[in-house]
Amino acid sequence: MRELDYHRADDAAGAVALVSGDPEASFLGGGTNLVDHLKLGVARPRVLVDISRLPLDQVEEVELPGDSGGGPGLRVGANVRNSDLAAHPAVRSGWPVVSRALLAGASGQLRHQATTGGNLMQRTRCVYFQDVTTACNKREPGSGCSAIGGYARYNAVLGASEHCVTVHPSDLAVALAAVDAVVVVLGPDGERRVPFEELHRLPGDAPERDTTLAHGELITAVELPASAAAATSTYHKARDRASYAFALVSVAAALELDEAGRVADVRIAWGGIAHKPWRARVAEQALLGAEPTEERVAAACADELADARTSEGNAFKVPMVTAATQHVLQSLQGGRR
Amino acid sequence: MSAVEQPVTPLERDAIRSVGTAHPRVDGPLKVAGRAAYAVEHREAPYDARPLHAWLVQSTVARGRVLAVDAARAVAHPGVVSVLDHTSAPRLQEGEDRELEVLQDDRVDFRGQIVAVVLAETSEAAREAAGLVEVAYDEQSHQAAFEETEDTYEPETVNPEMPARTEEGDVDGALAGAAVVVDATYETPVEHNNPLEPHAAIAHWDGEVLTLADSTQGVHPVAQTLAPLLGLEQAQLHVVAPYVGGGFGSKGVPHAPEMAVVLAAMTQPGRAVRLAVTRQQMFALTGHRTPTRSHFRLGADADGRLVAIEHEVLEPTSRWKEFGEQTAAPTRMMYAARNRRTGHRLVPLDVAVPSWMRAPGEMPGMFAHEVAMDELAVACGLDPIELRVRNEPDVDPETGKPFSRRGLVDCLRRGAERFGWSERPAEARATLEGDWWVGTGVAAATYPAMLNPGNEARISAADGGHYDVAIGAVDIGTGARTVLQQIAADALGVDASCIRLRIADTDLPPATVAGGSSGTASWGAAIVATAQRFRADHGDAPDPGVWTQAEATDAQSEDHALHSFGASFAEVRVHRWTGEVRVPRLLGVYSVGRVINPVTARSQLIGGLVMGMSVGLFEESYRDPRTGHVVTQDLATYHVASHADVRDLQVEWLDEEDPLASPVGGRGIGEIGVVGTAASIANAAFHATGTRVRSIPVTADRFL
Ligand SMILES: Cc1cc2nc3c(=O)[nH]c(=O)nc-3n(C[C@H](O)[C@H](O)[C@H](O)COP(=O)(O)OP(=O)(O)OC[C@H]3O[C@@H](n4cnc5c(N)ncnc54)[C@H](O)[C@@H]3O)c2cc1C
Ligand code: SF4
Repeated sequence: MRELDYHRADDAAGAVALVSGDPEASFLGGGTNLVDHLKLGVARPRVLVDISRLPLDQVEEVELPGDSGGGPGLRVGANVRNSDLAAHPAVRSGWPVVSRALLAGASGQLRHQATTGGNLMQRTRCVYFQDVTTACNKREPGSGCSAIGGYARYNAVLGASEHCVTVHPSDLAVALAAVDAVVVVLGPDGERRVPFEELHRLPGDAPERDTTLAHGELITAVELPASAAAATSTYHKARDRASYAFALVSVAAALELDEAGRVADVRIAWGGIAHKPWRARVAEQALLGAEPTEERVAAACADELADARTSEGNAFKVPMVTAATQHVLQSLQGGRR
Repeated sequence: MSAVEQPVTPLERDAIRSVGTAHPRVDGPLKVAGRAAYAVEHREAPYDARPLHAWLVQSTVARGRVLAVDAARAVAHPGVVSVLDHTSAPRLQEGEDRELEVLQDDRVDFRGQIVAVVLAETSEAAREAAGLVEVAYDEQSHQAAFEETEDTYEPETVNPEMPARTEEGDVDGALAGAAVVVDATYETPVEHNNPLEPHAAIAHWDGEVLTLADSTQGVHPVAQTLAPLLGLEQAQLHVVAPYVGGGFGSKGVPHAPEMAVVLAAMTQPGRAVRLAVTRQQMFALTGHRTPTRSHFRLGADADGRLVAIEHEVLEPTSRWKEFGEQTAAPTRMMYAARNRRTGHRLVPLDVAVPSWMRAPGEMPGMFAHEVAMDELAVACGLDPIELRVRNEPDVDPETGKPFSRRGLVDCLRRGAERFGWSERPAEARATLEGDWWVGTGVAAATYPAMLNPGNEARISAADGGHYDVAIGAVDIGTGARTVLQQIAADALGVDASCIRLRIADTDLPPATVAGGSSGTASWGAAIVATAQRFRADHGDAPDPGVWTQAEATDAQSEDHALHSFGASFAEVRVHRWTGEVRVPRLLGVYSVGRVINPVTARSQLIGGLVMGMSVGLFEESYRDPRTGHVVTQDLATYHVASHADVRDLQVEWLDEEDPLASPVGGRGIGEIGVVGTAASIANAAFHATGTRVRSIPVTADRFL
C-alpha cells in the first residue's frame, strides 16, 4: 500500500508553503483528475494539500486591477465549482462562452466536484500518459513519446514537438483564452498575475511541464475583463458522442461587429488543436475590419493553420476546426449568412 | 439425482396465464436496494474465510518468453502473502484451451497476458505490489496489425461449427451477366463487451472442494471447463453466480482470470481469494469482438432481384487459439439468389483471443450485408424496403427447409408504417434542417433460434401448494429469474406466486450458458418437460416431497429453419459544419415468437438497439500495432453511448408464437436488437448526406 500524508489547508499562504517546499507534494482540488492519477500510478505524490476548503469560492463583479487591464470584470475564485460557475447569471450574460464551455465538459457529477483551478491544471488525456506501461515523455521525461506513430485521433496539429504531440483537454481553458482572462497566482514570494495565454505552454523539449507555473504556485482566482465581444460569445465542441467526451476540436469565439457588419473585435481560441488552448491571433487579424463571410473565415483559418502538421489519424482536425469556426462565427452574427 | 428424458410438448395456448404478462423483475427490489450480492461481494461462508486479494501482473510484450520474474520487492511489501508465477503456480492437467493454461509455462502469446499473480491481505497492497514485480522477457517479433499476411489461412470451420466456405451455382458467371452489381468492402473494428460489472470471482479451496462465486453467464459450463483441467471431479467444483452485472458474451466461457483466482486459492487452502479484474485489464483478458473486413459482391437483375451474392470475410484470430467469427453465416440464409458464395479467411495475430460478443457473426456480417443492400437499392432506383421484399426466399436458401416463420416483411411493413417511411424523400441529401442534414435508413436483422441440449430441471412439491423449481441457469440481468418463474407457473398450471425458483448454482440440475439468445428456450424447455413429467408421475395434487428431474427431448423442430427477424429504422442528423452524427430516432420491430414477459423483453430489445447504435457510432478499440496493446482501455476513451445519445427509442414485436422453435413458443430476444442497427444508421447517414460510409463507427470525420 502506498501511504500519503494529507493536510487540509487553512489558508492559501500556508498551502503554498507546504507544497512549494516539497517536490513530492501536490495541491488537491476537487480531486476528479488527481485521484484518478493516484490510482493509475500516473501521479505519485507523498503529500496531498487539500485546498478545496480555502475560501476561494466566490464569483464577484469587480473593478479589475491595472495589471489585469483595469475596467469592470469578474473575479472567479479558484475553488468555484464548474457547475456553479456555469450557472452564474453574470457569467451567462457577460461571458456566455465560459458557461457553454463548462457545460460541454465532463458530466454533471464531475462538474459539481471539479474546481476552477483544478480544471485549468488538469493534465492531458493522452491514452499513453494515463498508462504507466507505455513510454511517455510527459509522465516520465526522456522515456519517449508513444503517441507519435500510435493512436493519433486526439493528437495536436499545431505547436507539437518531437517530444510530445498531445493536446490540452480543458474546455474552460479554451473559453478563458478567448476572453483574455488573467490568472491570479500565489507563490512563496507573493501574488502575480499571468495573462491566460501565458499560463499553458507548448511542449518543446519539456513536455512534463504543462504550464508556466512553478511547483507550489497556487491559482487563487481568474479575472475576466468585460467587453462587448465577450458578451457575444459562444462555444462549439465537436465530439464523437453527444456528451461525456473530450473535444475532437472546439472553438471559443467572441465577436463584435460595427454597424456595417464588419468585424470590430474578434477573439478566437481553439481546443483539441495544441498542447495549450490555441488563440488564433493570425485568423483574428485577418478578419478585423472585414465582413466575416464563410470564405473569409475559411481563408483566415487557413492562414492560422499554415503550419499544421497532421498524420492520417488526425488530419480531419484541420477541416473540422475550420468548419467549426465558420459555424461559430456565423451563429454569432445572429443568423446572418 | 439422475434425470429422465421427457419428450416435451409445447405450452398449450389455453394453459398460458402468467406467460405473456408484464411481470416486474422479481429481483428488482433487492437490486435497487443494493442487497443483491455480486461476485466479489459475497460475505457468507466460505467466502469470509480470512479473505486474500489477488492482483494480476500482465505481460508488457506481445510475444516472447518470460526469462525471470523477480518478486523480491513485491513480497517484501507490507501485507503481501505471495507471488505466483509460471514456476510456482499449481500444475494443471493437459487441456486443449491455451487461454486457460494460466502460469503453466514461460510462453507469452499476447500483450497483457497474465505472467504473475500477487496475493495480499488488502487489494491496495496487492495492487501496489503488482507494480513492484519485475519481469524480464526474451521479446520476439510479433504481428498485431490486421492486414493480409503470409500466414492468412482458411479455417476448417467457423463458430460454432459451421463450414468456413459455402458455394452454390455460378457466382462469377451470374455477376458477369448481372444488370446491376454492388462490389464493396465493409469493415467493423475491434470492440469490447464492457458489461457494467467487471469480471470478478472469489474462490475457496478446502482441500477437497473448490467453491467459486463467479461473475459468469453459466455456472455449469465453468465447472465443466475448469474441473478436468484442475484434476478435480465435477462434484469438487461448486460454482455459484446469483447476480451478474451483464456479460454480453464476455462471461460466456471462463477466461484466464477465473483460472488465475482458482489457482491462487489452491495455494492457500482454507482462505478465500478475491479477484476483481479492472476495467483496463478487461481489454486484454476477457474477450473482444474481432475486427472484420467483408468483401461483398451483389448482382441483381434490372428489377433488383438478386442473381448472385458473394461474401468473403477476412478477420483476425489469435495465433495461439483459433477463433473464427461466423461473419458470413447470416448471408447464407438471408436473401434469395441462385448463385451464392461465402467464405472466411483468418489472419493469425499475436493478440488476445477474440471471444463472443453480443450477436457474434450476425452483428458484423449483417452490418456489411445490409449496407450493401442499401447500395443495391440506390443502384436499382428502388426503395430499400421494396428491394428486400423482392428478395424474400420461399425456403431457407441454405438448407432448403421451410422457415417456421419468416417475419421479415411484416417487420419491415409495420416499421415503415410506424416510422412514417412513406414521407421519406427518395433522394439522398434532400433535407437540411438548421445546421443538420437529416436522413432516414432501414436495415434488416436476423438471429437464429437456438435451443441447447443438456438442460435439466427439478420440480419438487412443497407445502401449501408451492413448488420448488430448480435449474442451474444464470440471470445475467436479463430477467431470466422472472421469466422462468412465469414459465414454471404455466407449465404446472399454478399461479406464479406458488413457484419458488432456485438458479445459478452447480448443486442444481445442469444448465447451459446464458448466451446465443438460447437461455429462455433451453431452460424453459427443461422446465416444461419436467412439469409435464411431474404431473404424469405425481398428478395434480402431489404429496409434499415428491419430485421429478427431467431433460427435454424433441424440443425443437428439425425440419424447419428457425430464425427471428427484425427491421430497424433510424433517423440520423449530420452536422453540416462539423460532421457530428446524432440519432434522434430509432425504431426496431421484431418477429421473435412468443414474448414471455413484455417488461423484460422490452429492456432486452431496447438495450440491443442502444448497443447497436453504440457500435454504429462510437465503439472502437484501438490496438496499437507496435505493441499489440489496446490503448483505449477505459470508458472515457472507449466510447459507449451516453444518455444524451439515446433519444427517442422505440421497440415493438409482432404478436406471434412459434411452438416449432421451442416449447415456450419464443425464439430468443437477447441479441437481435444489436443486429442491423448499425447498418440502419449508416444507411440513414447516407440518405442525409449522400456520403456512403462502409465501416463503423460512423464518426464525424467521415463527413467533412
Ligand atoms: C470521465 C471524465 C470526463 C471528463 N471530461 C471533460 C471534458 O469533456 N472537458 C473538460 O474540460 N474536462 C473534462 N474532465 C476533466 C475535469 O474537468 C477535471 O478533472 C476537473 O476540472 C479537475 O478539477 P479538480 O478540482 O477535480 O482538480 P484536481 O483533480 O483536484 O486537480 C487537478 C490538478 O490541478 C492541481 N490543482 C488543483 N487546484 C489547483 C490550484 N488552485 N492551483 C494550482 N494547482 C491546482 C492539482 O494539484 C492537480 O495536479 C473530465 C474528467 C473525467 C474524469
Ligand atoms: S503525446 Fe505527450 S502525453 Fe502523449 S505519449 Fe507523447 S509525450 Fe506522453
